[in-house]
Amino acid sequence: MAARTEPRTGKLELDPAVVRKARSLAERAGRPIVDLARAHTTVAVERATLRLAGLEGADADGTPWVNRLLDCVRADVGLEHGVALPAWDALLRGEAADLAELAQKASAGSVRFRIPEGADAAAAAEAARARVATGVRRIDERRVERERFVADVGDAPSKPWIYLIVATGDIYEDIPQAQAAARAGADVIAVIRSTGQSLLDYVPEGATREGFAGTYATQENFRLMRAALDETSRELGRYVRLTNYASGLCMPEIAALAGLERLDMMLNDSMYGILFRDINPIRTFVDQRLSRQIHARAGIIINTGEDNYLTTADGIEAAHTVTTSQLLNEYFAKEAGLADWQLGLGHAFEIDPNVADSFRLELAHAMLARDLFPDAPLKWMPPTRHMTGDVFQGFLLDGFFNLVGALTGQGILLVGMMTEAVVTPWLSDRDLALQNVRYVMNAAGNLHEDFHPAPDGFIAERARVVLGEAIDLLEEIVHDSDAAGDPPLLAAIADGTFGLMKRPADAGRGLDGVAAKSEAYYNPASDLLAFRDGAGVPAQEPEEER
Amino acid sequence: MTETTNRIIRPYGDTTGDGMVQLSFTLPMPHSKVAEGAAAQLANKMGMDPALVVHAKAMGPDFTFFVVYGRVNHLVDPSQVQVVERDYPLLTPKEVNATVKESLRRRLVVVGGCIGTDAHTVGIDAILNIKGFAGEKGLEYYREIKVVNLGAQVSVPTLVDRARAENADAVLVSQVVTQRDAHILNTREMSAAFRESYPADRRPLLVVGGPRFDETMAGELGVDRVFARGTTPGEVASYLVHRITQRKAS
Repeated sequence: MAARTEPRTGKLELDPAVVRKARSLAERAGRPIVDLARAHTTVAVERATLRLAGLEGADADGTPWVNRLLDCVRADVGLEHGVALPAWDALLRGEAADLAELAQKASAGSVRFRIPEGADAAAAAEAARARVATGVRRIDERRVERERFVADVGDAPSKPWIYLIVATGDIYEDIPQAQAAARAGADVIAVIRSTGQSLLDYVPEGATREGFAGTYATQENFRLMRAALDETSRELGRYVRLTNYASGLCMPEIAALAGLERLDMMLNDSMYGILFRDINPIRTFVDQRLSRQIHARAGIIINTGEDNYLTTADGIEAAHTVTTSQLLNEYFAKEAGLADWQLGLGHAFEIDPNVADSFRLELAHAMLARDLFPDAPLKWMPPTRHMTGDVFQGFLLDGFFNLVGALTGQGILLVGMMTEAVVTPWLSDRDLALQNVRYVMNAAGNLHEDFHPAPDGFIAERARVVLGEAIDLLEEIVHDSDAAGDPPLLAAIADGTFGLMKRPADAGRGLDGVAAKSEAYYNPASDLLAFRDGAGVPAQEPEEER
Repeated sequence: MTETTNRIIRPYGDTTGDGMVQLSFTLPMPHSKVAEGAAAQLANKMGMDPALVVHAKAMGPDFTFFVVYGRVNHLVDPSQVQVVERDYPLLTPKEVNATVKESLRRRLVVVGGCIGTDAHTVGIDAILNIKGFAGEKGLEYYREIKVVNLGAQVSVPTLVDRARAENADAVLVSQVVTQRDAHILNTREMSAAFRESYPADRRPLLVVGGPRFDETMAGELGVDRVFARGTTPGEVASYLVHRITQRKAS
């Protein structure tokens, strides 16, 4: 296709120069953040490294050994040098036979850590690299396993993939529900996390049976659910994907566990935790970079959270903030090594249905996302704000949501429930919602072949306006500044540019778990993740080629 | 008003007095003639007679979904209806912001947290975090409300100190853990501490919430308001604005 040399303009016939400008502004806003992320580490990054090196389990109080060991290392030598050198130096000094024993002895106070120098440092680095490499190899194996599984049993039969949620709080209740949802037609199962897990600075251990409005993300819960869905995938003759959340204070650790347990998609937004959970911005960007490198390596598709902007702001007025965030998410994702097919960029059907032309506006916004990111499997989120409890009206609204999905080739469709805002979905709600999707896809799934908006019509014009506003916002961001001289994007986040929330870089949860890297800092994870079997992960595509 | 409340009425389909209602539900049995009969039986027992099963559809091998139309013979007497009216008007975030701006001429300050050993911030976060609850955004979303969320396991003295430092208009405390009535004891300790360290007319509004609280217990606990399970941020915001504007007026 000519698309490699000639920029695509899509059905909206967007001006390629304008699209290039939007991307280059996103890069300008994002690059200083990447530099900042490279210059810092966090407790979660170091714990993720220990997890890749195979340290599992928790003490009698349920505190994970990765937390115990890192806390001890930090108390002795600080966080700024990373955990790898002091931990493997202690192992080489014969303090313990392996990381698990080292964590136990350190917790009991019988190990002192130091920062090795010279040959000792080189030896510790080499030993750390070898251990972490085994974890990365394990992630590679799981990726190959997925590819083989899909080749053997078959993939989801058509796009969009149908995405359904389970959220009982009890993994042993989730499993039969997830299997039933898969049998009913779901291609993707998401297990909602317990409320508040994003604010825990550790990953709970083991199979869990009590969560609040969701189930804790733990390695064992991941394993149990993936095994159950493997069984159902074989039964159904199609691979059923599993989704969880790499967000909150343990983002990179959960990404590592997802890679190790062959999860298939992860919610992973660049700014959600900052804006909606008041997590420190630097903590978030540092954690995010490693989590995305892991996802890239593991063949995991990320889902970004732009739909959240529209749950707080107006679907029309704030449409351009979705586009802006998508462009930033794309930049950060590609910088971390993710390929286009791994970018489930989010957007949502949230315009007030009482507004005239609301459907045409929704279509314009969705089509803009499609044309800006032609090779990304966009994630299309159903109405929530204007679901009132009138289940009949809600069912119709979901039908129109599905129709926009069909017309704009969405990759992942989260199935809307007519009982949104009333109850957690009943069996019958799910069944009716899937009927709705099937009817629309069967009746109008190929309508996009016939549908081309008039070049100067309402839809094309609206899309141009939104893209223009997104560019204006990005201009505003790259020219923002604060007294501390932070990167412009941080200054913009601090002064309330996104979602009305002011989140300064020197406040927020998890800030005490951030440190600027020292000269001696060493962490093998980033390097190892950047190369896949020597072939190299698909590197960032040069802008000119797009 | 009196005309409708004094009349005895029946549900209305398309003719006065026809008593027609619709109902949908699921039975845990495979779709069959027996299943349809079972659906009619349930409708009959619920007082629908005749009951017409207009739609029955298998949902997987073990469940069947039904839509039933039918006539009920029950009479409705609106004069006998008792409702507990909310004693404050429910406002939109915009109205809350406007009211605060107008009556306080500054932001309303809310300090919140979980006291005692309770580490479950679910409740306080649902009310305070912008993420919110039940489709409503938390108090952080309100431009005219300043939120200081202290998180979990806050000691009562810390809570009082912080409330003083922030000049809090209201203090929100959530309690999930109820072992040995911890939620009751903690709340009493908290309200006593605030009474001790503030003159009565300067004390911030004290609000507690949690799944095991009874909304009638406010007096007994020494707080201004108790919110039970299912309370949304909008309700809390509306209440705070109502009470604080009232207080200013008196």
